[in-house]
Amino acid sequence: MRAVCPGKVHRNDALDATHSPIFHQVEGLAVDTNITFCDLKGTLDHAMKALFGSSVKTRFYPSFFPFTEPSADVQISCIFCDGKGMRDGAPCRNCKASGWIELLGCGMVDPNVYGFVDYDPAKVSGFAFGMGVERIAILKYGVDDIQLFFQGDVRFLEQFG
Amino acid sequence: MKISPSWLRDFVDLPVDYRRLADELTLAGVAVEGISGEGENTVFEMEITTNRPDAMNHYGVAREASALYDLPLRPIEPKLPAAQGKSEVTIEIQEPDLCPRFTGREIRGVNITASPAHIASRLALLDLRPISNAVDATNYVLWESGKPTHVFDLDLLEGRRLVIRRARAGELLKTLDGVERKLTTDDLVVADAVKPVALAGVMGGYDTMITEKTKNVLIESAWFDPATVRRMSKRHGLHTDASHRFERGADFESTVPSANRVAELILGSGGGTLIGDVIDVIAKRLDLAPVELELREVHRILGEKLRILEVSRILKRLGFGMQAGSEERYLVDIPSWRLDIEREIDIIEELARLHGYDKFPNTLPPYSGEVHEQPDARKDARLRDSLLALGYNESISLTFISKDDARQFSTAAALELANPLSDEASVMRTSLVPSMLNMLAHNLNRGSENVRLFEAGNVFEAAGEKAIELKRIVLGATGKVDAEVVRGLTPGAEARPLSFFDLKGDVEDLLAPFSQWVLTYDAQTAGYYHPGRSARALLDGAVVAQFGQIHPDVAAPRKLRQDVFVAELYLERLYQHDLVQARYEALPRFPAVDRDFSFVFDDTVEFDEIHQSVTSLGISELRSFVPVEIFRGDKVGAGKYSILMRSRFQSGERTLRDDEVMQWAGQIATALVSLGGIQRA
Repeated sequence: MRAVCPGKVHRNDALDATHSPIFHQVEGLAVDTNITFCDLKGTLDHAMKALFGSSVKTRFYPSFFPFTEPSADVQISCIFCDGKGMRDGAPCRNCKASGWIELLGCGMVDPNVYGFVDYDPAKVSGFAFGMGVERIAILKYGVDDIQLFFQGDVRFLEQFG
Repeated sequence: MKISPSWLRDFVDLPVDYRRLADELTLAGVAVEGISGEGENTVFEMEITTNRPDAMNHYGVAREASALYDLPLRPIEPKLPAAQGKSEVTIEIQEPDLCPRFTGREIRGVNITASPAHIASRLALLDLRPISNAVDATNYVLWESGKPTHVFDLDLLEGRRLVIRRARAGELLKTLDGVERKLTTDDLVVADAVKPVALAGVMGGYDTMITEKTKNVLIESAWFDPATVRRMSKRHGLHTDASHRFERGADFESTVPSANRVAELILGSGGGTLIGDVIDVIAKRLDLAPVELELREVHRILGEKLRILEVSRILKRLGFGMQAGSEERYLVDIPSWRLDIEREIDIIEELARLHGYDKFPNTLPPYSGEVHEQPDARKDARLRDSLLALGYNESISLTFISKDDARQFSTAAALELANPLSDEASVMRTSLVPSMLNMLAHNLNRGSENVRLFEAGNVFEAAGEKAIELKRIVLGATGKVDAEVVRGLTPGAEARPLSFFDLKGDVEDLLAPFSQWVLTYDAQTAGYYHPGRSARALLDGAVVAQFGQIHPDVAAPRKLRQDVFVAELYLERLYQHDLVQARYEALPRFPAVDRDFSFVFDDTVEFDEIHQSVTSLGISELRSFVPVEIFRGDKVGAGKYSILMRSRFQSGERTLRDDEVMQWAGQIATALVSLGGIQRA
C-alpha cells in the first residue's frame, strides 16, 4: 500500500512568528514486499525536484525517530544560492552559508511497527516520511511570520492568487 | 553539546581538517551543528540524537571517526602506581535491579588544589568551570569517555560504608546545589552507614563533598537503572550531565576503567596513595545479547549489496565482535556501550550510515496497484474551483473558539479542551462562522473594505463520550460588488454595495453542480442572521445551506463597521447528492413561443409558491417560467409587489398553434389569480 496523508495538526504552542497551535503536515507511507532504502531516497528526491525545480539536489543523513530504522533527515540544496553557500558575494543567509537546508524527516518503517498490524516484518518492508507544509511555504515564498497563514488577510492571500 | 576536535586527536589520527570532519561526522549521523574558534581552540557544537549516549563524549566521537576513516582507535589505559594495603571501605547493594554494579576506589593523603593547566584548559574550552583537581577529574572523565563518576570526602562518610538502597520516607538530603530535599521510597540513594550521601545517578550530597580540607577520597563509578534515574531527575527537577547519561543507558563494563582513570588524574595532580584494589560489586550482570546478522536482510532493506569486507570493517571499528555462521549469517557481539543496538535492523542502520547514506542510489519502487481518490475529492475540488472563480480567497483559521462563540453560533454541544491556550481558544469549533467574522474584522481594521473569503474545514460536536466531525464550508463577504469598476466608462457601470441577493446568487452557483430534484428556500434562519435578509436553501427538503447578512446586534460588538454577509454550507447533507453528469439532449427543431404575465401579489406570496402552482398544471410544453422584473412603490401599494414573469413554450415535435398557447396562458393566469394575484396587463 502507498498513501499520502495531508492534514491539519494541533500542538500546544502559543501563536507567534514561528509557532502556531495549528499547522499542516504531509505524511507518506509505502509498504510492500520490495521497498528499499534506495527507493525512499529516490521517491523523496523526485518529490523535492517536483516542488523546487529539477536542478535541486537532496542529501540524506542519519537521524533518529522512534518509529523508523534507519532514520534520516533530508536536506535540499539551498534554492537561494543554488547550493553554493554564497550569494552576491556574501554568505547566503538562508542556508547559513552551508549550501543546504533541512526540510523533512524520513526512514524505513521500524519492524516493530508491523507487529501492530499483523504484518510479517520478514516479508514486507516500507518507508515513511513527514514534512511541515507551512515550513516549506515559508522557505519557498519567503514568508516571515507563520501567523499570516491563519489570519485571512486579503493583502497576504492575494499575493498567491 | 561541546566537543573539542583537538581532544579527539588523543585517540585517533584525524586525516582531515576540522571543517571537513564536522561535515563528514554529520553525514555519518553524529551531527555538528556549529563550529566556533580556531586551531586548537576549535569547538564543535554537536547535536547527538537521544539514542546515542555513547557518542556524547570525546572517546565516542573519536570512535565514530575511526569507523568513518578506518583508522585505529587508541584505548584509554590508566597508568596507576602499585596500590598499598587493603581498603576498609565496604560497599553493599541492596537494590540489584536498580543498581546492578557499583565500583569504588580509595585514595589517601591527597592534596586538593587547582587542576593542572592541561586539564583546566580542556574543561574551560567546553565552558566547564574548573573547581578542584578531584572534582575536575570526574568532569574530565565524563567528557572524555562519557562515564559519570563521583568523588566523596571519605572521612565524612560515616562507618566507612556505602549502601545503595531506597531512601526511607522522609529522609533528608542536601544536594551539591545546596537544596535540602525530602526523599521518598521511590528515590534510590547512595548512603553511608547513617544517612543518604547522594541521589543515585543524579547528584552528590553537599555534606560529603570535596573541600580544600579533604585528605582522603572515595571514587564512585556505578551503573544505575535508566528509568529510576529519569523519574528521580523529573521528580526533583534536577537534570545533570550525569542523569542525562544514566537515563539513556551507561556502559556496564566501564565502571572499573573509569574509576581507575579518575584515580590516575587525582594522583597525578594531588598526589596521595592508592589504597587497595578497586572494589567492584556486581549485584547482577548486564550482558547485551548477541544479534544475528544476515547479509541478505541487509540487501533486502537497503536495496544495495554491501560487501562482507566493508561490513566487517565497519563493525570492527565500532567495537562489535563478529563470528561467521553459515552462508552469509553472522553472530554479532554488541559492545557494552551500545544499549541502543538490540536487533538486526539496528545493525543495518549502523552499516548504512557508515557506508554513507548518499552513496546509495536513488531508485523508484515498481508498483502495479491502483490509485484511489478520497470519495469526496471531486466534490471538494468542484466547490473550491467555483469559489475561487467567484472571487473568494481561501483562508484557514484556528480550530479552537471561545465557549461564548460556540453558544452563539451553534446549538450543538462543544468539546472542551483539557489544556487550552486561552479562553478565546477553549473549545473545538462547532461553527466556522465566528472565525470568519474575526477574519472579516481583521481585514476591515486594516483598511481592506472589499473582502471575500471562504474556509473549508471541519466542525466538531460532542455526542456523549464521542466526537462527531462534520465537513463545512463558510463564505464571508463585505464591501462593494465590482469595486474596481471605473464609473462612467460604460453606461450603467457602477460599484454598488453587496446585497443579500449577491450572496444568494453565489450560493446557487455552488449548489448548481449537485443533482437535485427540488431546490427551495425558507426564511427560518438562526438568530445571528438579519431576519429580513437571510434564508436557508433546501435540496429535496433537507437544509444544505444557511446564509445572509449577519444581524447588526451580532456585528456591532465585533466592531464590524460594514454590513457583513456569511453563508454556511453543510457538506454532510450536500454531499449526499452526486455531481450532475452531463447528458446530451437533442436540440429543439421547432420555434419557442414566449408569453409574459404582469401581476401584483401580496408580499406574503413567495415566488416558490407561484412557480409551484404553475408547474403543477402539468403543461409538458412549458419549458420555463421565470421572473423578469419586480416593482415596488406607491403605485403598487404597501405590502405588495408587482412582478413581470415570462413563460416559454416549445414542442419537440411540431410548431405550436396560437390557440394552444392561448389556452395554456389562460390556465396559468387562472392559477396565478387563485393565489390572490391581480393581473395588470
